[in-house]
Amino acid sequence: MNKVSKSPWLLHYDASSCNGCDIEVLDCLTPKYDIERFGIINTGDPFQADILLITGGINSQTERVVRQLYSQMPEPKVVVAVGICACTGGVFKECYNIKGGIDTVIPVDVYVPGCAARPESIIDGVVRALKVLDAKQAALKDSGR
Amino acid sequence: MIRIILVLAYLLLAPFLGALLDGLDRIISARMQRRRGPSLFQPFYDLGKLFSKELITVNNVQLLLNMSYLVILMIAGAMLFAGADLLMVLFILSTADMFLIMAASSDSSPYANMGASREMLQMMAYEPLTLLVAVGFYLTTGSFHVGDIINAPVSAVVFMPGLLVGFMFTAAIKFRKSPFDLSTSHHAHQEMVKGLTTEMSGMTLAIMNIAEYYEKILLFGIFCLFFVNSTWWSWVAAIVVCGVIFFMETLWDNVSARVKWKTLLYSCWVVTLVAGGVNILILMLDK
Repeated sequence: MNKVSKSPWLLHYDASSCNGCDIEVLDCLTPKYDIERFGIINTGDPFQADILLITGGINSQTERVVRQLYSQMPEPKVVVAVGICACTGGVFKECYNIKGGIDTVIPVDVYVPGCAARPESIIDGVVRALKVLDAKQAALKDSGR
Repeated sequence: MIRIILVLAYLLLAPFLGALLDGLDRIISARMQRRRGPSLFQPFYDLGKLFSKELITVNNVQLLLNMSYLVILMIAGAMLFAGADLLMVLFILSTADMFLIMAASSDSSPYANMGASREMLQMMAYEPLTLLVAVGFYLTTGSFHVGDIINAPVSAVVFMPGLLVGFMFTAAIKFRKSPFDLSTSHHAHQEMVKGLTTEMSGMTLAIMNIAEYYEKILLFGIFCLFFVNSTWWSWVAAIVVCGVIFFMETLWDNVSARVKWKTLLYSCWVVTLVAGGVNILILMLDK
């Protein structure tokens, strides 16, 4: 019953996305996709979140924000990079202000490619992240924390 | 003897019942929005998860203040179910809320502080009516004691329908339902992150949630007082009416948008004055 994957709360952050992926993320909340049926709540608060869902590549302005959000989330936590920009930097990869994908700043657990990523693949990615979340929780328990 | 059983039942079962009601509320809300919604036991999963998460403490008093909120709410509820003084129950209820406000003000997050000041504003909005409800019970039954109120020959609601309507109106604040869900936010309302609970995580948040479940059952207990009289079937009627009130609060939550603080204050005071004040006036002239 204590499984964290039974009630994963999700924090969504737009690192520099064009909003295409963001709209698809919000799509997941609509009646058609309804991610709340997995117990997922879209929370705005890093202190209460288990999954950090980031869209867009990292630029020089959002780098410290992403670091801070990640550091404020209590363990166990996972990061899902949504969209090709969040995975690798996408078409903006060579831009002077873009550092690249999310994994240039914080460790990423699940990559969801696509431009824009479809709601189905976002849900798939989140569900895969839940398994990682459970594994991390088990690892934490084994290490006695 | 029956009082001890009632108090024990409240202390042990209220969080479970409150959590189940919360789960039911989420399912009903989802169905109203043509969604499937989470499982009925989702609040239990949430609590289990919160207790298992790493504890991030922003300062060393927040957990203690949240614990005080929980314990004082438990005392208030236990007093209600023990048949003690209703006025005292309501005062202790406000004291409990003060601890929550202190817990939120203790951290440095501007969102939490804003939530705390809004919570105080909400108290200002509902407190006058809650006191009038206690006065109404006194005028109707001649006693502030819950034990006497439930043994009256006629249900109190016959004499105080206005106060019931007013209490239903302001209960939306206590249940943290839209349109009066200003100090904290759930679901998609995120204009100030999580308000009061912004810097609460893990166990601290779980304790606050459990306290809210206790409060929910306490409020339904007060709703029951309106209907219960010396006959046995009035208890059944009271529970049925509580179910209807629960459904109406959920419906209201789903069909209304959040209001600004001024609208909250004015609307609550107008309802207090019109529904509550007129009812009290009639009672005072009549009795």
